[in-house]
Amino acid sequence: MNSFFNFLSLSDPNVLFVVVGMILLGISSATIGTFAFLQKRALTGDAIAHSVLPGVCLAFILFDTRNLWVLLGGAFVTGWLSIICVDLITRHSKLKSDTAIGLVLSVFFGVGILLLTFIQQSGNAAQSGLNNFLFGKAAAMHPDDIKTMGAVSIIIITAVVIFYKEFKLLSFDPQYAQAVGLPVNKLQLLLTTLTVAAVAAGIQAVGVVLMAAMLITPAAAAKYWTNKLRVMILLAVLFAVIGSIIGAYVSYIDNKMPTGPWIVMMISAIAVLSILFAPKKGVVPKYITRKKYLHKMLRENILKELYHLEEKNPGKHIFSISEIVEEREMKSREFKQGFKMLVQKDLVVKHLSGYLLTEAGQIEGKRITRIHRLWEMYLTQQLQIQGDHVHEDAEAIEHIITPEIELKLIQLLEKPEKDPHEKIIPY
Amino acid sequence: MFTDAFWIILTGSLVAVTSGLLGCYLVLRKMTMVGDAISHAVLPGIAIAFLISGSRSSVPMLIGAAAFGMLCTVLIELFHKKAKLQEDASIGISFTWLFALGVILITYFADKVDLDQDCVLYGDITFVNFETWQNVPTAVWLLGGLFIVIIAFIVIGYKGLYLTTFDPDYAITLGVSVTLWHYLLMGAVSMTTVLSFESVGAILVVAFLIVPGATAYLITNKLKVMLWLSAGLGITASISGYYLALLLNASVSGAMVTILGIMFALVFTFKVVGKKIFPKKQLILPVSE
Repeated sequence: MNSFFNFLSLSDPNVLFVVVGMILLGISSATIGTFAFLQKRALTGDAIAHSVLPGVCLAFILFDTRNLWVLLGGAFVTGWLSIICVDLITRHSKLKSDTAIGLVLSVFFGVGILLLTFIQQSGNAAQSGLNNFLFGKAAAMHPDDIKTMGAVSIIIITAVVIFYKEFKLLSFDPQYAQAVGLPVNKLQLLLTTLTVAAVAAGIQAVGVVLMAAMLITPAAAAKYWTNKLRVMILLAVLFAVIGSIIGAYVSYIDNKMPTGPWIVMMISAIAVLSILFAPKKGVVPKYITRKKYLHKMLRENILKELYHLEEKNPGKHIFSISEIVEEREMKSREFKQGFKMLVQKDLVVKHLSGYLLTEAGQIEGKRITRIHRLWEMYLTQQLQIQGDHVHEDAEAIEHIITPEIELKLIQLLEKPEKDPHEKIIPY
Repeated sequence: MFTDAFWIILTGSLVAVTSGLLGCYLVLRKMTMVGDAISHAVLPGIAIAFLISGSRSSVPMLIGAAAFGMLCTVLIELFHKKAKLQEDASIGISFTWLFALGVILITYFADKVDLDQDCVLYGDITFVNFETWQNVPTAVWLLGGLFIVIIAFIVIGYKGLYLTTFDPDYAITLGVSVTLWHYLLMGAVSMTTVLSFESVGAILVVAFLIVPGATAYLITNKLKVMLWLSAGLGITASISGYYLALLLNASVSGAMVTILGIMFALVFTFKVVGKKIFPKKQLILPVSE
């Protein structure tokens, strides 16, 4: 625990640089990544990340310097060029965008490797830092790196604040954006440029391969929590920052652990947890809601069938299993589960020779039958649908209609007595 | 008897032809990014196999990598189908996650896992002749075996692959399992990635997978011609790439990929310029036998 507080106090300047740097990176990449995610351009970010490598190497060969701004300039140029290539290929050939992205990504990277090994084997002493662009060196952040990241973050945030509305429209409905007269192409260019800038700045922290994760993964996690863009961006940034801090902490307590990959691991873990458990949109809550609904349907169907049986056999209340199954086919597992729930809810009572509805169960069965028949009436009368086509539809809607809608139906149809199949509608 | 150059070019050609053939199907099925994802995702499998077996022997590595390659495709499917996450993001999340895991394992157990990070990125094709059996490099034995397996897969499974690639609905009505062929192809891609890993690295194998197929697809609409062309392009790139690397004293696999890129750029420019000069109305025909 002690190491944790030491870490949090940021007294070690190295830790301070790493944490501040990663927070800045998290802010810029998650913000711009959210837009890339929404535009379904997640893999474009990957392409940019791989494509900055030849730029860095070329800048080094041409200018023979390790000045960060020069190298980043090179990174920026090839990163940008890669997007233009992807665009050209998809526009002028039958290749689809995924092939174009994969192709550009791997070829640019291959050229980058060629140049990188060329530099390394030429024995230039100054080349030692270039390797960091491959896997990142988050643990050894330099004040200069922090300044670069800070500058990029400020540029990105300013741009997003100024063009928030435009970017939003562009991401959700580009056709509409065009129709209302926005300069769509220029905005897209700006957005791409900002993405390239974020990638170029972050690349030496986490490396080419994992940079894509810094862009997409926080946004994907945030998507499961909200439908509002503003909230989504903030959440994405929050996730990226939390992941970064935990990742930095892991490599702080054990310096054999690489920082960049741990940050990606942590952000991915947040994403997987969000995908699974986020309320409403997560897989598990969705599954539970669905299961609940299926149970409700099963219960209501059984109640309805029991009510039908009572209707058909006036005076009889207890029905045997075979009579019930004859009325409605059910798997035995469904049957057992359904009746178990109904007995628990005091809607049905188990009797020696079968089952019977309680008073509450009878009211409920009557209600479902009523809605079913009212809906059939509605479809035939108001929508002119043939009587033999309406049953399936009513089967589905009977579980959904609320008492308010039911009342409206009754008013609209003027409280009909019989449904299209001449069955009495019970009130 | 043979020089280093011969073995390096042969190794490169075997990788290029094997992955190029499979790549044709990936391009046509619009699944190239899945291939990319698999090639990254096998890394933890390789590292774990290393840790358990404690050696560079190929069988555990193959099993580990194939398992993680499959895990990656399953993850992508789960994210996409079950969690309704858009496909590009599903791919992006899955492979970066697994790749991060792989890098962590390799760096943390650096003393036990004899794989360095550079090797992961661009392989060690230059040293192919270091480890031999019967005077033939082990890598050539392995890649040769893989080559035969993949050729057999494509020849024997030609109909199944063909049907499920071009007309999955029709394939279903004929009783051909689309899922089965999907996973067979993915398994083949995983295997190729692993065996190519030591020679060209995890990331450059993607170029060998995608670029020959994509270039061939620009030239022809016939699947058989496309397969032959991609093989030819792969071999050409291996030979000229080797000499380019010799000239620059740089990474052989990087040079091979650079040549592949140049060939694609030439074909592409030729096509685009050709269309500008002779703007005849061209119907895009579906690929046929």
